[in-house]
Amino acid sequence: MPFKERYRPNKASWLVRAGAFAGLAFMHIPVFIIILYAFTTDDRTYRFPPPGLTLRWFEVAFGRADIWQSMSLSLLVAACATVIALILGTLAAFALARAKFPAKDSLTVLFVLPIALPGIITGIALLAAMKTLRVDPSVLTIILGHATFCTVIVYNNVIARLRRLPANWVEASMDLGADGLQTFRYVLLPQVATAFLAGGMLAFALSFDEIIVTIFTAGKERTLPIWFFNELFRPRDRPVTNVVAVIVIAVTLIPIVLAYYLTRPDDEHETAR
Amino acid sequence: MRAASTFFYRRPYWYVALLLVPPLLWFGTVYLGSLFALLAQSFYRIDDFTAQIVREPTLDTYRQLVTQPANVDIVLRTVSMAICVTIACAIIALPIAIYMARYASGRMKAFFYVGVMLPMWTSYLVKIYAWRLLLAKEGIIAWCFGKLGLTGLLETLLEAPGIGGPSLSSSYLGMFIVFVYMWLPFMILPMAAALERVPGSLLQASADLGARPSQTFRNVMLPLAVPGIAAGSVFTFSLTMGDYIIPSVVGAPGYFIGMMVYVQQGTAGNIPLAAAFSVVPIVLIFVYLGIARRFGAFDAL
Repeated sequence: MPFKERYRPNKASWLVRAGAFAGLAFMHIPVFIIILYAFTTDDRTYRFPPPGLTLRWFEVAFGRADIWQSMSLSLLVAACATVIALILGTLAAFALARAKFPAKDSLTVLFVLPIALPGIITGIALLAAMKTLRVDPSVLTIILGHATFCTVIVYNNVIARLRRLPANWVEASMDLGADGLQTFRYVLLPQVATAFLAGGMLAFALSFDEIIVTIFTAGKERTLPIWFFNELFRPRDRPVTNVVAVIVIAVTLIPIVLAYYLTRPDDEHETAR
Repeated sequence: MRAASTFFYRRPYWYVALLLVPPLLWFGTVYLGSLFALLAQSFYRIDDFTAQIVREPTLDTYRQLVTQPANVDIVLRTVSMAICVTIACAIIALPIAIYMARYASGRMKAFFYVGVMLPMWTSYLVKIYAWRLLLAKEGIIAWCFGKLGLTGLLETLLEAPGIGGPSLSSSYLGMFIVFVYMWLPFMILPMAAALERVPGSLLQASADLGARPSQTFRNVMLPLAVPGIAAGSVFTFSLTMGDYIIPSVVGAPGYFIGMMVYVQQGTAGNIPLAAAFSVVPIVLIFVYLGIARRFGAFDAL
């Protein structure tokens, strides 16, 4: 057998390597393109390459009242949904992390169902319920929908951390004379705090960007994604749409990156193999 | 307070029950209640003359769903798209997952994980919009083909029956590309997680026993990646089944299940038919979950 073909555990074949880097590039190019298009001087077509670059569209976009309105509505909804999700998701995670009781498995499924089923199901289900109860769509119904799937995100983050926590820590703390509150304050809380924060940030980003459920529950209210979606079919303000796209990327990515650093596993531990 | 905390520590059931009350109330009423309302609506029907919803249990709406050829077409179209997208995602994800899980280390590994997470969490709508720019008639992809002198090839592709259209952004081919792009990270991450757990000794043993790298890949690595692929495919399949934004922004005019739900509840005002249509993906996803479970999808999550 030729020497070249021997198994080398630390070296990927060129095929795998090329596939991996090409795949990664494929995942990033569209995002860069959007950023580039926010500066194009062309306001009619999607022509590539852009004929020139300008900052003018940012100025135009910041002067638009409708964008500010949609933006503040989206921020309000995301903030409310995140607060509700943090409370409900954390409670559910603490309840289900260790306990053993008959209905536990069905509850675990219930708490991930809003993410496991496609968003359109949640959306149309909420709408069906609103029609049945004759509730009119409003900001409140948007928050109701968002809080539901945001809860799942917080729940997933917190329960993952709780499961990694050795079970006997709590017992050790109690044996050493701490009461329940002290154990929570000094043992559980420091461990769970970052997962809690990360869950909240992911929930916020998810809510800020959500459209699939929102369309069904929003009625006449226009969150930023709904504004953006409508704009896709009325391409009059194409340059402004491009600018809003960049703003949306920034607003969602900041909490995502923070959440990543909060939940990052220890590097040494991960790579030692 | 102290007494209360001791009370609950001694009685774990009470503790769990107390914690569960608020989330269960919310999920029980808002979520399960809504799903139940949805199911109930699908058993109502719409009166053809008055366009009012008749609130009597009937199977008429489901009969309409399965007997009209147009509706059956929509279901078949959506399912075939979901299957194609799942297969394409699995193929593209495999080298990325293998590289990040088995070969990259330290900085490179972190780079790949962040590189997969960032596009996954980038705004959903903005990504779709970006693809509209890329796929447009005068967009970048057409420009690249032109620069490479391959405009003829692109035109041949777009003339192909079934997948073609006037431009990439109004063809099933374009829609397929966008779907694959959107759900790719959901395939890569479970696949990489499954591959991370493959003991290195197995690969070494295979090599020691004389297998060539390609044999090791085919007979050792790939079978062990199957649970990860199955787990990822649950996401790609279910996300494609339910999406209605992508087919309405990119692609040919044929309807998909999600669009049908959206149109029926909106302009058509036919909530019962929309509800019946939304039951289809739920059923199909549960069938798919059953299949994926046999391949070990749930162990890989």
